[in-house]
Amino acid sequence: MQDTDVRALVEQMVEDMLKGKSIQASSDSKSSYAASVGQNNRVEKMPESTDGGQILPDITQIDLRKQLLVKNPKDREGYLAMKAKTPARLGIGRAGARYKTATMLRVRADHAAAQDAVFSDVSEEFIKKNQFVFVKTKCKDKDEYLTRPDLGRRFADKEKEIIKAAYKDHPKVIIVVGDGLSSSAVEANAAEMIPAISQGLKAKGISTGPILFIKYARVGAMDDIGEITGAEVICMLVGERPGLVTAESMSAYIAYNPRHGLAEAKRTVISNIHKGGTTAVEAGAHASGIIMKMLEQKASGIDLK
Amino acid sequence: MILKTKLFGHVYAFSSLKEVLAKANEEKSGDKLAGIAAETAEERVAAKIVLSEITLEDLRNHPVVPYETDEVTRIIQDDVNESIYNEIKRMTVAELREWILDEAHTGEDIKRISRGLTSEMVAAVAKLMSNMDLIYGAKKIRITAHCNTTIGEAGTLSSRLQPNHPTDDPDGIMASLLEGLTYGAGDALLGLNPVDDSAESVTRILKRFEEIKRKYEIPTQTCVLAHVTTQMEAIKMGAPTDLIFQSIAGSELGNTAFGFNAATIEEARQMALGRGTATGPNVMYFETGQGSELSSEAHHGADQVTMEARCYGFAKHFQPFLVNTVVGFIGPEYLYDGRQVNRAGLEDHFMGKLTGISMGCDACYTNHMKADQNTIEDLSVLLTAAGCNYFMGIPHGDDVMLNYQTTGFQETASLREIFGLTAIRPFHEWLLRMGYVDERGHLTGRAGDASTLF
Repeated sequence: MQDTDVRALVEQMVEDMLKGKSIQASSDSKSSYAASVGQNNRVEKMPESTDGGQILPDITQIDLRKQLLVKNPKDREGYLAMKAKTPARLGIGRAGARYKTATMLRVRADHAAAQDAVFSDVSEEFIKKNQFVFVKTKCKDKDEYLTRPDLGRRFADKEKEIIKAAYKDHPKVIIVVGDGLSSSAVEANAAEMIPAISQGLKAKGISTGPILFIKYARVGAMDDIGEITGAEVICMLVGERPGLVTAESMSAYIAYNPRHGLAEAKRTVISNIHKGGTTAVEAGAHASGIIMKMLEQKASGIDLK
Repeated sequence: MILKTKLFGHVYAFSSLKEVLAKANEEKSGDKLAGIAAETAEERVAAKIVLSEITLEDLRNHPVVPYETDEVTRIIQDDVNESIYNEIKRMTVAELREWILDEAHTGEDIKRISRGLTSEMVAAVAKLMSNMDLIYGAKKIRITAHCNTTIGEAGTLSSRLQPNHPTDDPDGIMASLLEGLTYGAGDALLGLNPVDDSAESVTRILKRFEEIKRKYEIPTQTCVLAHVTTQMEAIKMGAPTDLIFQSIAGSELGNTAFGFNAATIEEARQMALGRGTATGPNVMYFETGQGSELSSEAHHGADQVTMEARCYGFAKHFQPFLVNTVVGFIGPEYLYDGRQVNRAGLEDHFMGKLTGISMGCDACYTNHMKADQNTIEDLSVLLTAAGCNYFMGIPHGDDVMLNYQTTGFQETASLREIFGLTAIRPFHEWLLRMGYVDERGHLTGRAGDASTLF
């Protein structure tokens, strides 16, 4: 009963918002508002505005599975029970044959999160804070990264020197982080997953050395690193292509003896690492187990039993 | 065959017809990735000029993959009607372009000469067409096909209802299915992309589709888009199958990468005709998409438009009920942005129709591509103007299993209203009986309420 009340309240808030009831800012409030927003128009400090302290609700907080926007449905309870069976955007109603404003804006918001995850970079601050060693593949920018997978798998000589220096002690196992197709996935999961992997390995007496961060990384970049360092196992954490449901999904690709020409089927993959899927800590523990198995069997991917 | 031209005083010389075909393409990131694209805008036009003077005979004699080594080439070449080919073989590509656009030539005329064309000729003429040429030419050609109902008739626009679910949960699939029906989606097909590619799972879902079809007496066709061999196994296990699906490529090597060859497809077709549930005679469903050959290193150095045309030549041999390009699924390394996706969508649809197959389009994009919902709404409007047979229908265009965006139930409903079209006749009458549309095919107050079907 309480749940339905909250839902009704949120629905009402969104409806009010879309009708413009709580939009009270006048045009001259724009200047004071602009002064306090950051580069992305994200407000760093609440503006002293004329909105009387009101703020529009965050539409991305609405649980879509519990939102039913069909006008006078024949069976509301049955509809909600049906919606609970799928993450598909059902029961969204319509405006003529088109979408309602609320659902159209939600899709735009979810797509925006996905696009930002792809087209923005992992922050320097994140790389520094985690003491990653920074290297870059042969791609010169994001566009080249997206259109030239071949360049995202190789390093220029200057970068190779950095990699060589980082692993001059020749560790058996190397952990690397690649931005891949989602910077937000890396920022959301990598810092939690890495200690979970290395602790598991340390218990077995295996140290991993420094962590490499690879900008513009394709999975195949681990083969070049294998050539450069001679590592036995490389584990690469990499951002997955974002969907609308989450932009924060990361994968771990792990391979035994990764070298140029390694067949894709020889990589072991843990995918779907995010809050709503396999958590970073769970995935880290799982990865350390897989790495140990690879070292024992000297194999990975389809060859790993 | 002249492979050289002057343009602005500069000489452009090409070493092969294959190179001319590649460089005459509109800009595509996939051709750049393959290292075969024109290097400058002027070189692109020079290649188009050279291509415009090439005869159809030259194109027939220089398939981009040799006859001896490739069964797709053999199927395309052997299916050519020799007497029609002999009538047109001296035409240049420029002449073929104008012949198609000429008001003296009807869709029926075009369908006749289509029997004398190879896929290289179909691709060549598309390369000389502007976007509106592609729409204008395609609009003249109407291709119908019959499974349980007839797709492609004048005045209709159809939709494949794609009720995908991340774990194949039967109730979750039914949820999307029921709601889609109330929007008028599903007259082309009720077709699921399964997560679980096992014959048991495919059989289970097909039985559920059959139940729904019977219960509500829905005049349409059903399919679960597993691998062709899985679907054959399912038929043997007694799965009620109207259509058999397979993704196809424009070379034998590409099809091998997909795990089948022409003999597999023919065996599947015979099985569907002999043991399937459909009326027929068209019982096959194929999906394609520019760039898939390059992604499996099966493009033989040829460009992605020509390889795509060859998919249609291969498809035609098996008299499909549905063929659609999944145009924006492949990613920005093949189609960079909305502009390239829309161009490819128009090319594919035109080439499919000119080949003589019932053509639809999954107007779609992934999140790492510079495209959005506006891009594919544009494409769906352009393709409806071009007489496209069908689009996909997914809740709010968001596929929660394949993680990409395509057209929603609302899109087909809107396009039908905007262009004065309806669903396939018997399906439209079903929608009328159920009270989801009015006589004109416009949505009623009941439309979009799945609980009316509980």
